Amino acid sequence: MDTIKHAEATPDLPQPYAELGLKDDEYDRIRGILGRRPTSSELAMYSVMWSEHCSYKSSKVHLRQFGEKTPPQAADILLVGIGENAGVVDVGHGLAVTFKIESHNHPSYVEPYQGAATGVGGIVRDILTMGARPVAVMDPLRFGPADADDTRRVLPGVVAGIGGYGNCLGLPTIGGEVVFDETYLGNPLVNALCVGVLPHDRLQTAHASGEGNLVILFGAKTGGDGIGGVSVLASETFAEGGPSKRPSVQVGDPFAEKVLIEACQELFERQLVTGIQDLGGAGISCATSELASNGDGGMHVWLDRVPLRDSTLAPEEILMSESQERMCAVVEPARLTAFLGVCEKWDVEATVIGEVTDGTRLTIDWHGERIVDVPPRTVAHDGPVYERPLARPVGQDALQADEPTAERLPRPQTPMQLRATLLAMVASPNLAGKGWVTDQYDRYVLGNTVLAQPEDSGVVRIDEASGLGVAVATDGNARHVALDPYLGAQLALAEAYRNVATTGAAPLAVTNCLNFGSPEDPSVMWQFAEAVRGLADGCQTLGVPVTGGNVSFYNQTGDVAILPTPVIGVLGVIDDVARRTPMAWGDEGDVIVLLGDTRDELGGSEWARLQGHLGGRPPRVDLEQERQLAQVLVAGSRDGVLTAAHDVSMGGLAQTLVEMALASGRGARIDLPGTASAFVALFSESSGRVVATVRPSDEARFARACAGHGVSLTRLGVVGSGVDASLGFTGQFDVPLADLRQAHEATFPSLFD
Amino acid sequence: MTARIGVVTFPGSLDDRDAQRAVRVAGAEAVALWHGDADLRDVDAVVLPGGFSYGDYLRCGAIARFAPIMNEIIAAAGRGLPVLGICNGFQILCESHLLPGALIRNDVRRFVCRDQWLRIENARTAWTSQYDDGQEILVPLKNGEGGYVADDDTLDRLEGEGRVVARYLHDNPNGSYRDIAGITNEAGNVVGLMPHPEHAVESLTGPTTDGVGFFTSILADLVEA
Repeated sequence: MDTIKHAEATPDLPQPYAELGLKDDEYDRIRGILGRRPTSSELAMYSVMWSEHCSYKSSKVHLRQFGEKTPPQAADILLVGIGENAGVVDVGHGLAVTFKIESHNHPSYVEPYQGAATGVGGIVRDILTMGARPVAVMDPLRFGPADADDTRRVLPGVVAGIGGYGNCLGLPTIGGEVVFDETYLGNPLVNALCVGVLPHDRLQTAHASGEGNLVILFGAKTGGDGIGGVSVLASETFAEGGPSKRPSVQVGDPFAEKVLIEACQELFERQLVTGIQDLGGAGISCATSELASNGDGGMHVWLDRVPLRDSTLAPEEILMSESQERMCAVVEPARLTAFLGVCEKWDVEATVIGEVTDGTRLTIDWHGERIVDVPPRTVAHDGPVYERPLARPVGQDALQADEPTAERLPRPQTPMQLRATLLAMVASPNLAGKGWVTDQYDRYVLGNTVLAQPEDSGVVRIDEASGLGVAVATDGNARHVALDPYLGAQLALAEAYRNVATTGAAPLAVTNCLNFGSPEDPSVMWQFAEAVRGLADGCQTLGVPVTGGNVSFYNQTGDVAILPTPVIGVLGVIDDVARRTPMAWGDEGDVIVLLGDTRDELGGSEWARLQGHLGGRPPRVDLEQERQLAQVLVAGSRDGVLTAAHDVSMGGLAQTLVEMALASGRGARIDLPGTASAFVALFSESSGRVVATVRPSDEARFARACAGHGVSLTRLGVVGSGVDASLGFTGQFDVPLADLRQAHEATFPSLFD
Repeated sequence: MTARIGVVTFPGSLDDRDAQRAVRVAGAEAVALWHGDADLRDVDAVVLPGGFSYGDYLRCGAIARFAPIMNEIIAAAGRGLPVLGICNGFQILCESHLLPGALIRNDVRRFVCRDQWLRIENARTAWTSQYDDGQEILVPLKNGEGGYVADDDTLDRLEGEGRVVARYLHDNPNGSYRDIAGITNEAGNVVGLMPHPEHAVESLTGPTTDGVGFFTSILADLVEA
């Protein structure tokens, strides 16, 4: 047993700090903090808490901008900002909403089902920890090429894992993304977002205060799963021929989490907890050190009291275990009986494992012997911080110069060529219908889902009496980010912001999941720094604060990093969900209009991808214009003018029109704007555009509203009938809706059934 | 004095609040019942909601069947208490032998969530009287183990006695024998249904309001009685 005494007596004992992911200078720093060598248990704690995943040591210096550039609107709406488990936003009526997105990329590659399942479980516990009832989840996913063998292994497992866990928790999945690109073949991305709702007075924080208060571990027993998951899996790159890392992936039990959710709701309602923290990455090490670090005293833990699934676990392993479905609460002794009563009602095991002390140290005993004695802040918050070197990639100029001009990439010209292009694009995996995936997710449970995938944003009602609801969208186009990380991040933000407004909700706040390669690669670090700068500037301009998020580094195969993939989530509020705007266009005779301007912008587009091309500049981004557009969309919803609206993004105007037509079952005849070639009008991915439908009697009024906001409006046509419906482009071509549906919906079943 | 309709919450029940909402939409009083209480709180009818009771460990509904409240429900159902089991509730009713047959993993081997057309085959049960025989309705379906199976004799008897309550139309979503989506017992007071009428009671959140009929039916049935 490596006790404190033993450590003091054996100062020169070699320790496996390098295997645990610590650098020489980090290990020296731990020795400096403690004035001796760490015990093996202390080393375990520092190694997981100082890992990239937990400490944000490479990203911290950049993420600061989210605080420094916080827009003034933040003061009015943020109840809790960056730094807690999740940000909390005031949405009125005494209610608050908390939301956050996190990655579970590496575990999902090793073991797709469990990796994705526990990704959902982890983000749900983050939301729960704020005192909220989780009400919805979303899953932005990125895979290698759809027809690659490994994608056929990973995708079905990931989708089944998300469904298996989320469905069993009783949380509707209201949106997400499925994107395929060669870049993710050896490193898929599984991001998970959760939204929760709480009355203001139920807000909880992760702090341990009040000498004599009890530290209670509750939920599942602690097992050997996920040990080292944080340091080994999340902070290291996959190398060919290495040992199997399967034991480092956690195994989920959604039933255990469901009863944990219900037990926590009762604990919060009856005000039985003083502080609470979930156990995620780094398990007990993280929960105890963060609670103690945030509190006003010290903490003592009797580690041998932790209920175990495997009695042979050593204390170091118990400290590092990432067993799922566990929470840690700080409870006043007078409330212990009531606390245990609630847990018993829900068959949730609860054990007092420690208490808050009057000291300043976190001390942990194992069968009467002291194995940890540390200042908790040095573990949880004062980890190393790195200013990693950055360098604009050598090929960046050449990449940007390689514009997909008509000379560089031959464009379809004739009506027949354009028609064939459209049919090929709507059937391509990134643009095809995702029903095969989303039909495996329960979108109905809780009975408050007003809009779900494939709508622009998921909308859930959070107050039945008033109809108050929230909308959430996530977006991130890595190809745009690769061409220009600053603009690419802003384009992702703009798209998510627009998607929220398109459904009629006013955008309020932002979360992000920043998926990048190795921070030790200066090119990757440059991409990261530029993306964060772009996002922070963009949020400031749009007036939507960043409330929290997650950084996932080391997404690469060998030395090759993934395309930089910041996934941006935007939350909006809608006063009455009854006035949400759907994507299926309105009745026959409604007028179809395009809002925003179309330019020849094919750099990083889906059309270019299908030609095997990535180069040029991404579309222009005009955030002030986005704000005006959002105001038009929200007002149009409030005034009941809009019968439908749908964002124009990946795949261009053609894709948007096809999706609106298929959702409604009605066709249309479209006059493409004459300002650009038919090809550009159909497939350009210019930002800041939305297609909407309005009743003929409202057309003039809506046009005036657009003019008032400086938003350009182009009349495209009129919604047709649902009988023998077709989508026609005047002077170009016609496609029956039945053919479009066949092309759009057959892709996924043929790939994955 | 409005009817009191109990909705049982087991650990792992998910659609219990949805079922309560549907009961209220129909104009009745929803009464929360707890799995661990051997007490039906004088309710006039009971809904066993969807979800994954006890994690659906062992078999779907196999553990819930032994909950203290199920002893009360089984006895009361024998005396004519109307009971509707939806999804996991249907599974529990089969495990309790209040209904014949069993529900197994979908033949597509995936969880399926979609809007599903059904035909009401028997509008004479306590839970379907507000529909017409042969009426077609659209309600959400969501299950991983929704394939209804029974031996041929049982199936023939169910068909012969008019005890198939609802059948899948168009595309059978889960491999249920003879497209069976719901059945009733001999007395017609116990109904099991795999699709989710409680998710089709508001046009805002459901594909239709076609599901309300199950809940207004029981109300009409109780008023008559």
